[in-house]
Amino acid sequence: MPFDGFMYPNEVELQWSVLIVVYPFLTGLVAGAFILASLERIFHVEAVKPTYRLALLTALSFLLVAPLPLQLHLGRPERSLEMYLTPHTSSAMAMFGFVYLWYLMAVILLEIWLEYRKEIVLLSQSTTGLKRQMYRLLTLGSSNLSEGALKVDDKVGWVVSLIGIPSAFLLHGYVGFIFGSIKANPWWNTPLMPVVFLFSAMVSGIAIVLLIYMATCKLRHIKIDMRCVDTIAQYLLYTFIIDFGLEMLDLIHRIYEADESFHSLNFMMQTKLFFSQVVLQIALGTVVPILTLGFIQIFHVPEKVRKLCYSICGALTIIGIFAMRWNVVIGGQLFSKSFLGYTTYKVDLISREGELIAAGLLLLPFIILAVMVKILPPWPRDEVSAAD
Amino acid sequence: MLNVTDDFPVMTYFCLTYKAARKPGGGLPGVSLATFKDAEHIVRLAVASAIVLVIFLLVRAHFIPKSFGQYGHYRGDALAELTAKPIHYAGHQTCEQCHSDVLDVKKMGKHAGVNCEGCHGPQAKHAEDPGAGKPVLPDTKVLCARCHEANLAKPKNFPQVVTADHSGGEACKTCHQPHSPLLAPGEKKKS
Ligand code: HEC
Ligand code: HEC
Ligand code: HEC
Ligand code: HEC
Repeated sequence: MPFDGFMYPNEVELQWSVLIVVYPFLTGLVAGAFILASLERIFHVEAVKPTYRLALLTALSFLLVAPLPLQLHLGRPERSLEMYLTPHTSSAMAMFGFVYLWYLMAVILLEIWLEYRKEIVLLSQSTTGLKRQMYRLLTLGSSNLSEGALKVDDKVGWVVSLIGIPSAFLLHGYVGFIFGSIKANPWWNTPLMPVVFLFSAMVSGIAIVLLIYMATCKLRHIKIDMRCVDTIAQYLLYTFIIDFGLEMLDLIHRIYEADESFHSLNFMMQTKLFFSQVVLQIALGTVVPILTLGFIQIFHVPEKVRKLCYSICGALTIIGIFAMRWNVVIGGQLFSKSFLGYTTYKVDLISREGELIAAGLLLLPFIILAVMVKILPPWPRDEVSAAD
Repeated sequence: MLNVTDDFPVMTYFCLTYKAARKPGGGLPGVSLATFKDAEHIVRLAVASAIVLVIFLLVRAHFIPKSFGQYGHYRGDALAELTAKPIHYAGHQTCEQCHSDVLDVKKMGKHAGVNCEGCHGPQAKHAEDPGAGKPVLPDTKVLCARCHEANLAKPKNFPQVVTADHSGGEACKTCHQPHSPLLAPGEKKKS
């Protein structure tokens, strides 16, 4: 039997599969990467400048893939467009469609365009053939690169970043809201959910930008800017501490409140979710990175070791955040609403909602990013010209 | 007269520089016609966005069915389409007009509240023209288990059996009359 104890018939089989784990994971990376980029811009943090454009492109690449797991899960993807044609305001998912569209069109694309306008204009003059046509289209017919024009870009870009931060909060807070507002499920139903999702998103976004930046430096045989990665690692530590604090707050609240679901959820954490929650999410994915990053803040650690630590912490963080999404989405469906039974989730390897597809969806953003980097090189301006 | 290409950048630019102007040492940068020209690409973007929006609205107008929203958040025509579908179920009153003998048995027994077509399936065609063909009789081994197979999720007071133990694979009708299940086959209720 796939379950122990008493399950209602509609609980034996999980309805939300690993793809629904991938969805908040990807959206979180988008929001996190973007928030990192905007903080640099709004607070003028010079040190992390080398990652600013990379973070924007990363956010875009992940954003483009974010709705795909939902489409695959539901089937009939062409119907998803109907939510833009005849939206129903009482549907949380339909409204998410608008949050998504706003974020894509009004924030990310706009900011990337403004940031890259100079390059686009220059490239439209230096390239040939089809590429030239593409860049020319992107210039929208204006090749004004005067000082005044660039100033306007900068100012409008600043405003867009400013609007972008609450938008990114909205985007991922909303994903948390979708879970947190399900009142029938005690594992999900907490007003803290949007906030916890938001901070875990920032943690994962910062970690992925850190990893991608270090990887691109390796691939391009360029020295890693240590001032930059040190600063990012510092941010990672701070957001991590807030995130961990919030999650512990949620936990303590549940333990103290100990409502009728507590016994069941507690049992689940000690058995079915022990590995993914206690070992992966809390111990390896949170405590180890926080301690390591904290250690680096306090003691002097040689550069080589620091780099290694950052890579390991980044990877552990990403795994930990993925485990967190897993524990929320899958964990919330493993126990019976009678609190008397538990089911199991078996994911197939090859099926529409199987492991292979999930892995493909996690890989796809990197492929998109690779293409994007070719079209819009994110490297600092002086570096590009130096390489040419 | 409002001139779009000239006045819009003026306004945009003024809003944008206002913030800079308030910063110490910022001051309002030279507001000349040349600086307004510098916002031209923003205007182009605004126009491009407006075009995309208009296209979207046109597409939307084209794709939303005419009768959408007539009665509620759905296609009004859907109602007419649904009523136009052929009827599959006749309803027990119709069956009982011709099969009053079955009704007489059934209404005294425990299946009084179970409808004919709940067991016999949709029979509107047969009810309309009985000569067209006899309905296939249901197989009691399959049919009865559908409702009576024991399951924890069913209400406790609903009669349930573990069919494998209860009948050992035998058809239920060898011991139960389908229309009045507490009667043995051939038995008649004395009223
Ligand atoms: C207009 C009268 C009429 C109506 C209404 C009618 N039936 Fe019949 N039914 C008959 C006749 C006559 C036969 C016998 C046909 C034959 O022997 O060829 C029959 C046969 C049957 C049989 C097969 C009996 C056998 O011995 O195999 C079943 C089952 C049946 N009807 C069920 C229904 C159900 C259920 C309904 C209601 C949806 C229904 N009937 C409505 C007249 C009717
Ligand atoms: C609980 C399920 C059930 C319900 C409700 C039911 N039937 Fe039946 N009926 C059967 C089964 C099973 C048979 C086949 C018996 C057999 O194979 O001998 C049958 C047989 C018949 C027959 C064939 C002759 C006979 O009496 O065996 C007729 C006619 C018939 N049903 C009509 C009706 C009508 C009319 C109603 C509604 C008033 C109705 N049935 C309700 C299960 C049901
Ligand atoms: C559509 C669902 C349904 C089907 C099919 C069905 N039944 Fe029933 N049965 C009921 C309902 C409803 C009752 C009444 C339960 C009550 O009185 O609470 C009932 C009552 C009974 C009872 C009386 C139990 C008691 O102790 O009161 C018996 C015996 C029975 N069914 C046998 C059968 C057999 C044999 C068949 C197959 C020919 C069958 N049922 C098919 C729904 C069904
Ligand atoms: C060998 C004869 C026999 C067969 C075959 C048989 N039953 Fe029974 N069944 C009985 C008897 C006898 C009773 C009455 C027991 C009692 O009154 O305690 C009964 C009672 C029932 C009851 C009522 C149980 C209750 O708790 O009130 C249901 C429901 C039932 N049978 C369903 C079925 C179904 C479904 C099948 C076919 C899978 C079936 N029976 C086949 C002999 C049989």
